[in-house]
Amino acid sequence: MSSSPAPFQTIRTPDASPRPTKIHADGVKVIYGTKQALHGVSIDIGEKSVTAFIGPSGCGKSTFLRCINRMNDTIVGARVEGKITLDGEDIYNTDLDVVELRARVGMVFQKPNPFPKSIFDNVAYGPRIHGLAKSKADLEEIVVTSLQKASLYNEVKDRLQEPGTGLSGGQQQRLCIARAIAVSPEVILMDEPCSALDPIATAKVEELIDELRTNYTIVIVTHSMQQAARVSQRTAFFHLGHLVEEGPTDHIFTNPLEQRTQDYITGRFG
Amino acid sequence: MTATLSHNTPEQALIVSHIDLGLQRRYRSERRFRAYGIAALTFGILCLVLLFSSIISRGYTAFEQTRITLKVDFDPAIVAPDGNRSAEAIMGGDAFRFDDLFSATVQKSLEISPDDEDGLYDALDLFSKGSSPMLRQMLAQDPALIGTTKDVEFYATGDVDSFVKGSIRADIPESQRNIKDKHIVLITKLKDSGALHLAFNTGLFTFGASTRPEVAGVGVAAIGSLYMMLVVLSLSLPLGVAGSIYLEEFAPKNRWTDLIEVNINNLAAVPSIVYGMLGLAVFINFAHLPRSASLVGGLVLTLTTLPTVIISTRAALKAVPPSIRDAGLGIGASKMQTVFHHVLPLAVPGILTGTIIGLAHALGETAPLLMIGMKAFVVDYPATPLDPATSLPTQIYMWATEPERAFIERTSAAIMVLLAFLLAMNSCAVLLRRMFERRW
Repeated sequence: MSSSPAPFQTIRTPDASPRPTKIHADGVKVIYGTKQALHGVSIDIGEKSVTAFIGPSGCGKSTFLRCINRMNDTIVGARVEGKITLDGEDIYNTDLDVVELRARVGMVFQKPNPFPKSIFDNVAYGPRIHGLAKSKADLEEIVVTSLQKASLYNEVKDRLQEPGTGLSGGQQQRLCIARAIAVSPEVILMDEPCSALDPIATAKVEELIDELRTNYTIVIVTHSMQQAARVSQRTAFFHLGHLVEEGPTDHIFTNPLEQRTQDYITGRFG
Repeated sequence: MTATLSHNTPEQALIVSHIDLGLQRRYRSERRFRAYGIAALTFGILCLVLLFSSIISRGYTAFEQTRITLKVDFDPAIVAPDGNRSAEAIMGGDAFRFDDLFSATVQKSLEISPDDEDGLYDALDLFSKGSSPMLRQMLAQDPALIGTTKDVEFYATGDVDSFVKGSIRADIPESQRNIKDKHIVLITKLKDSGALHLAFNTGLFTFGASTRPEVAGVGVAAIGSLYMMLVVLSLSLPLGVAGSIYLEEFAPKNRWTDLIEVNINNLAAVPSIVYGMLGLAVFINFAHLPRSASLVGGLVLTLTTLPTVIISTRAALKAVPPSIRDAGLGIGASKMQTVFHHVLPLAVPGILTGTIIGLAHALGETAPLLMIGMKAFVVDYPATPLDPATSLPTQIYMWATEPERAFIERTSAAIMVLLAFLLAMNSCAVLLRRMFERRW
């Protein structure tokens, strides 16, 4: 319990064959003004795999996700303590450029938020500002491959110049994923990417996440336990600002070691 | 319990009627609210119609003006007695020779006997005092006219103009009107010969200040207003937009920025005359900028407009959904790139509307301009914003204090010109909004 004076102990179950660590978090605390949202979260996130964060609303899973690309910097009064490293490099180090970090750690948000520009410009925006394309042909290639990787290309190839906001919700979300992929990030953070989508669009995005894991490290926050079970290899359960339990997904869902995890996944609270 | 449509028991009937009563009350209150709304709108529209019909009915006559066409014989013996026909010679020398030329013209046209001096003066009363200088100007521009005969349109005086338009009536006692019976005889004669006629009053838009209503216009005032609007636009738009972007997107939210925000809102409510006092003290007495200059007027109006621009720009920036900022930042755009590539384009319609409405407000501002001397008597066009000028609202204010009938109609006409400007600017705001609005 958060009020208990004893130090909180996360229950961890290691993978049978652990992956190399991509992101390492150590005692991450987040304080919004006077309210503490995270009480020291430590976790290792393996490379080229999908890690799901689950937990009831307000448990701090999105807050922790937003620490990984320092999006919490934009929130007034938010303070982050502890240490997060990406490939061993402290991302809260003052020498580290936050713009570069966000180019390496892309993000897909809960609500699809394409720019009010054409589909092409939506995807091309990142490569343009980071100078990733040397020529127009280069840029076009990046856009096309990104859209292909996001399995959106076939649906939009004839209308790349039409506004991205004119697509359906599921297509918009895949456009946002294509936009994130276009800058070749190493990590993609997804904050409840399917919560605004219908089941068919959700299935497409989940399929996409599964494909993307061969090249990218993916961290996904989700409210749907079925989704976590379907797409992730490892699952972390958050509750009241603590990381309660983390381990291989099948292990968490079939044989949780902690009572609260058990209660949550069986639907007794949350 | 089974549900039936008929009210079997008194209790059921009671329940249903109870619900009906509540609904009735709610519908009634809604109808009442709608009626209030329609009443308020009707009242507003009526006031507007009243205002416009009053101004237009008083001012529409000012767009026409009485002119008298006379055949002028540019006699070299009168205008160039020494034989020198150059422009310099015409503009130099005795000014009375052009009065003589004009008198001769009137005498001849109206067939007044050379001995009838009183008759000649009565006839000259009908013409604007600017007539003989006009002839001189004409000759200076084209000396080849000397020795020829030409039809020239002269302005009738404001009083003759008012009489012709019917605003000075012949049926009131002669002692109470400026147009005497002897004048009426001459006017009738000129009218019958076709020399006296009404024409479109171009001078209303081109002339500067004058004590003679027939040659008074809003030209100088319009140029002054234009210069001021340029100064206001070129200062308040960049300053206001840059300030709001900084406050809204970059500045830390703390006690200082709160204080600044409160003060900007307060500044928007400061009476404009106070800005006029400030302008007088700072721009004229301290910085020694010229009095009555449109530059100073523009600077003062910038002060009055800036809070409006800042408030509307901040509102426009606030209205941009935060998800767009997240999207930009999340892809690795810097704060500056996010603001300028994504946030600002979405805020442009709101910013433009706010700026143009602020400009329209500044265009109609009078009090601060009185403080910095923009109600001077300015005849010549201001060549630069540093030259003395007046503005449309101060010109209206000055004309409104003149007693002549002809100035009364010109006051209303100037108000119409000002309203036309405002209408044009507001339509611009709507058009620009439409043009830049993006489908969301």
